[in-house]
Amino acid sequence: MCFKERIYENTIKFFAYLTVFITLGIIGVLLFETIEFFEEVSLKDFIFDTKWTPLFEDKHFGILPLFLGTFLTSAIALSIAVPFGLVIAVFLSEYANQNLRKTLKPFLELLAGVPTVVYGYFALLTVTPIFKKIFPTISTFNALSAGIVMGFMIIPIVASLSDDALNAVPMSLREGAYALGSSRYEVSLKIVFPAAFSGVASACILGLSRAVGETMVVAIAAGQMPNLTINPLESVETITAYIVQVSLGDTPVGSIEYKTIFVCGMVLFMVTFIFNLLSFYLRKSFEKKYGK
Amino acid sequence: MANKKVLKDKILLIFALFFVILSFSILLLLVIDIFIKGFSHISISFLFSYPSRIPQKAGILSSWVGTLWLMFGTALLSIPLGIGAGIYLEEYARKNFFSNLLEVNISNLAAVPSIIFGLLGLGLFARTFGLGRSILTGVLTLSILILPMIIMTTRESLRAVPFSIREASYALGATKWKTTIDQVLPVAFPNILTGIILGLSRAIGETAPLITIGALTYIAFLPTGPIKGDFPFITFKGFMDPFTTLPIQIFNWVSRPQRAFQEKAAAAIIILLLLVFFLNGIAIYLRIKYQRRLKE
Repeated sequence: MCFKERIYENTIKFFAYLTVFITLGIIGVLLFETIEFFEEVSLKDFIFDTKWTPLFEDKHFGILPLFLGTFLTSAIALSIAVPFGLVIAVFLSEYANQNLRKTLKPFLELLAGVPTVVYGYFALLTVTPIFKKIFPTISTFNALSAGIVMGFMIIPIVASLSDDALNAVPMSLREGAYALGSSRYEVSLKIVFPAAFSGVASACILGLSRAVGETMVVAIAAGQMPNLTINPLESVETITAYIVQVSLGDTPVGSIEYKTIFVCGMVLFMVTFIFNLLSFYLRKSFEKKYGK
Repeated sequence: MANKKVLKDKILLIFALFFVILSFSILLLLVIDIFIKGFSHISISFLFSYPSRIPQKAGILSSWVGTLWLMFGTALLSIPLGIGAGIYLEEYARKNFFSNLLEVNISNLAAVPSIIFGLLGLGLFARTFGLGRSILTGVLTLSILILPMIIMTTRESLRAVPFSIREASYALGATKWKTTIDQVLPVAFPNILTGIILGLSRAIGETAPLITIGALTYIAFLPTGPIKGDFPFITFKGFMDPFTTLPIQIFNWVSRPQRAFQEKAAAAIIILLLLVFFLNGIAIYLRIKYQRRLKE
C-alpha cells in the first residue's frame, strides 16, 4: 500500500514539475529559431533598421516599426484601462454597498471572459465607422479603434485586481482616518489608495502585459502594415499581429519568414516576462505587508 | 470647510458612478449591436451547413464540431494534470527554493500571451512531434495554456479547506494520500470545478494560438467520428484530423470586406457568447451556492 501511494505522489510531483518543462519548452523553441535567425540577420539591423519587410522582395528586418505599433496600441489601451479601472475599483471597494459589489463583481468577470475575437469585431465594425465620422482622414485599419477597444477589454482585469488590493487594506486604517475627521473622499484617495499602491500597481502592470500580448483585436482592427508612426489614426502592425499574418499564409519551415515569427515571439516573451515578474513581486510584497 | 469636504466627496462619487455606468453601458451597447446585426441569420441551416464562398449558404457546422472536439480533449488532459499538480504544490511540496521557483513559474505562465503558446505548439507539437495541424496539436496547446489557471485555483481551493478536517482524518489513522483524496479534495472540489469551467470557457474563445499552430480557416468536412462499426467500436483517429473552431471562423468572416459575411460573423459571435456566458453562469452559480454552504 505504501508503495502504491509512493507512485501516486511521484506522479503528481511529475505533473507539478511539468510546468517547468513548459517554460523551458517555450524558451527552447523560441531560442532555437532565434539563433538561426541571427545567423542570417545581424543584431544591428534588427534593432536599428527602420523597415520591417520580411514578406517582400526587398527584405528588411528592423523590429522598430512592430515595436512602435505595439507600444502605440498598448499606450492607448492603458490610457483607457487605468483611469477607468482604478475609479471603478475605488467605487466598488470604498463607495458601493455589499450588495451592489456582489452584483458588479461577477459581471466584471463575465466581461473579462468575452473572447478577444469579439472585441476585434467591435473595433473594426462598430468603433471604426464611428471614428470615420469624427476624423474623416482615419484609415479603415487604425491604432486608435484597436487601442480603445483593447482598453475597454482590459478594464475588468485592472478593476477586479485593484479592487482586491484596496479591499485587503485593513479596516483599522480607515477607522483611524475617520476618527480624525476625514471624509470618505480623503480616506479613499489619501489613506486606502496609497496603502494599496503596490497591489494596484501590480494590477496595472498585469494589464499592460495583457495589452502588449493581445493579438486578435489588433490583428483584426489595427492593420497589417508595419508603420513607423505614433499617429493613432494610421494603420500600424503589432508584433502579435505580424505573427498572425504569417501564420495565415503557407510559410515553409526553415525559411526566413518562418524564423521571423519566433524572433517576434522571443521579443514578446521577454517584454511580457519582465512585466509579469514585476507584477508578481509587487503583489507578493503587498500581500506580505497585510499578512495574507 | 466641512461643506467643501462633503462637496469633494459627492464629486468623487458622481465621477465614479459616471465611469461605472459609462463603461458598462458601452459594452452593453456593443453586445446589443451584435445581436441586432446577427440574430436574423441564426437558423437551423446556419448551424448545420459548412462554410461557403456564398454568404447565404455559409454555416458553422465544422467550426462548432471542431470547438467541441477541442474542448473535450482539453478537459480530458488539463483537468487531471492541473488538479494533480495543484495537490502536490499545496499539500506535499515543502517550502524551499524549488517550490518557490515553481510558484513564480506558474504565475508567469498564467500571464504569458496566448500567442506564445501557439508558437510552442507550432515548433514543438506540430513540427518536432510531427502532429501537424491536427486536433491533437490544438488540444495539447490549449491544455498547457489553461494548466496554470487550473493549478492556481486548485491550490487556492485546497488552502481554504479547514485544517481540522486533515487532523481528524490523520487521527483516524488515514495516510496522507487517503486524507488528501478522500477528505480534503471533495470539500475543495466545487471551488476547483468553478476554476476549471472558467478555464475551459477561456479556452473556447482562444483564437490566436490556434491560428499560429496552423488551424485552417476553411474546413468543409468533419473529423472522423469516435464510433465505428467493428471492434473495439471506438476510434480516436479524429484527433489527427485538421480542424477549425468558432472563433477562427468568426475571425475569417470579420476579415472579409463583404457585409453579408460580417453579419454571419455577428451570428456566430452570438452562438459563441451564449456558450461562454452559459459556462460562466454555471461557474458563478456554483460559487454562490458553495459560499452559502460554507457559511451555514
